[in-house]
Amino acid sequence: MGWYNKRLAKSLWVFHASGSPCNNCDIEILDLITPRYDIERLGLKLVGSVRHADVLLVTGIFNQKIAPKIKKIYDQAPKPIFVVAIGTCVSSGCCFKDSYNITEKPESIIPIDMFVPGCPPKPEAMIEAVAKLMGVLNG
Amino acid sequence: MKANKIPIGPFHPLLEEAEYFELKVEGETVVDIDMEIGWMHRGHEYISEMKTFTQSIYLVERICGICSTSHPLACVHAVEDIDNIEIPLRARYIRTLVGELERIHSHLLWIGLAGHFIGYDTLWMWVWKYREPVLEMFEIISGNRNHYGMMRVGGVAKDVEPEKITELYKHLDMIEKKMVMVANVVRDDPVLRSRLKGVGVLTHEAAVAYCATGPTSRASGVPWDVRRDEPTDAYDLVDFEVIVLPNGDVYDKAVVRVLEVIESCKIIRQCLEKLKTAQGSILNNVKEISPGEGIGRYEAPRGEVFHYIRSDGTNRPIRHKVRAPSFVNIPTFTASCKGIPIADALITLASVDPCYCCTERSLKIIDSSCESRQIDLLKSSREKTERIRREVHGN
Repeated sequence: MGWYNKRLAKSLWVFHASGSPCNNCDIEILDLITPRYDIERLGLKLVGSVRHADVLLVTGIFNQKIAPKIKKIYDQAPKPIFVVAIGTCVSSGCCFKDSYNITEKPESIIPIDMFVPGCPPKPEAMIEAVAKLMGVLNG
Repeated sequence: MKANKIPIGPFHPLLEEAEYFELKVEGETVVDIDMEIGWMHRGHEYISEMKTFTQSIYLVERICGICSTSHPLACVHAVEDIDNIEIPLRARYIRTLVGELERIHSHLLWIGLAGHFIGYDTLWMWVWKYREPVLEMFEIISGNRNHYGMMRVGGVAKDVEPEKITELYKHLDMIEKKMVMVANVVRDDPVLRSRLKGVGVLTHEAAVAYCATGPTSRASGVPWDVRRDEPTDAYDLVDFEVIVLPNGDVYDKAVVRVLEVIESCKIIRQCLEKLKTAQGSILNNVKEISPGEGIGRYEAPRGEVFHYIRSDGTNRPIRHKVRAPSFVNIPTFTASCKGIPIADALITLASVDPCYCCTERSLKIIDSSCESRQIDLLKSSREKTERIRREVHGN
């Protein structure tokens, strides 16, 4: 699939699905497409439906109500789709790991390809993640 | 005409957070609105009971990424209320400074998103561009763009040194100038005016009946602001105006917010001025919290946030109750959405600046049919009590 990935890396379309975040990672993601960081210069675009997307961004812990919906979104996505987890919540549960409403492991719901830690990660860190993803896709 | 249901969400391109609305429409007109929340429920109140008082400040900071000063502030107010802990003057100014910076960034965020919702992306991009210096100011003060970790019981965690103040002034001058520009754009732009004027009206009576708070109620002519009416921190030491407008439509809500941003700039300027001269410590060392209960309130960007903490003399709260402003503002949809066209529904839904992360900790459903469900719940609960009573007493 090398030829496919190389073409994909030129313009990644991103769908953003929030699990149960505190909203901050989502705002920082939106911040990425505003003039200061302007990630659209790298060919990235936020799209309205996961059926158009090449990258799925997930944020926040997955609580028991949202977890099936996240799974459904992942199933609806055309493959290959690259799942990037933004924020500490997805990687370790942050301060919510003692909660009664959390699902055990995000990886048990959807496969996750890349973690961007930070609470919330700085936009620069997210841009670095994008660059790394493009590097991987370009081989 | 037959009513149709339009589902929105839980994942919708216009909604950052997952939430689910069901609009009942007849033709083009919205006749009823139903909503389901709980997608964001993380159980803060439960987790908080396992944390110490200092740890729970960091926890409540993560209730909502936008109000990450308001919740900790209300939380420390509640703990301080238990023992009537005094706060040093310098810490009071720093608290006010951070709280007002948060108000600016939250309101700018809303104005941008409102522009985006009505298809005015230029406004979005411009306003978010000028939001960046505010986040930079946060970075100078606390070292982080969001989630500042500034609050402590008895003071604040970090001082604002004189060399930082000069840098903050530089940013503030720029922001204030641009905010006057944004305020003029919002008030004078003919497109915005004709698009938002008279849309989604929340009458004064409805605002009072639904106990709406914050800019939502102030745009409907309810002159209530915790900062002025029950001042905490340094709010009784600075001059500012409470913006109240009479009409209750989306336009007034937008104007209230942009004018509040300018007021916040004024407060920040006064705080920085006072911080130059006010000397002393920034943190009173608090060793123990005695048994008792306390409440803390703060005027968050969306309205009044309320924390209740009960302590049993140990280092952790045995009950921590949070009531966020969106919890009372979201039900006003039922009053403001009825009878409006579908096209206006989204901006009306967005106009209270709903924050579902804040709202979702205890209750599940808020809607017009909620009442019957609650009565059902109450009824079944009473029936069960009656059944158990009979079992116990044997008749």
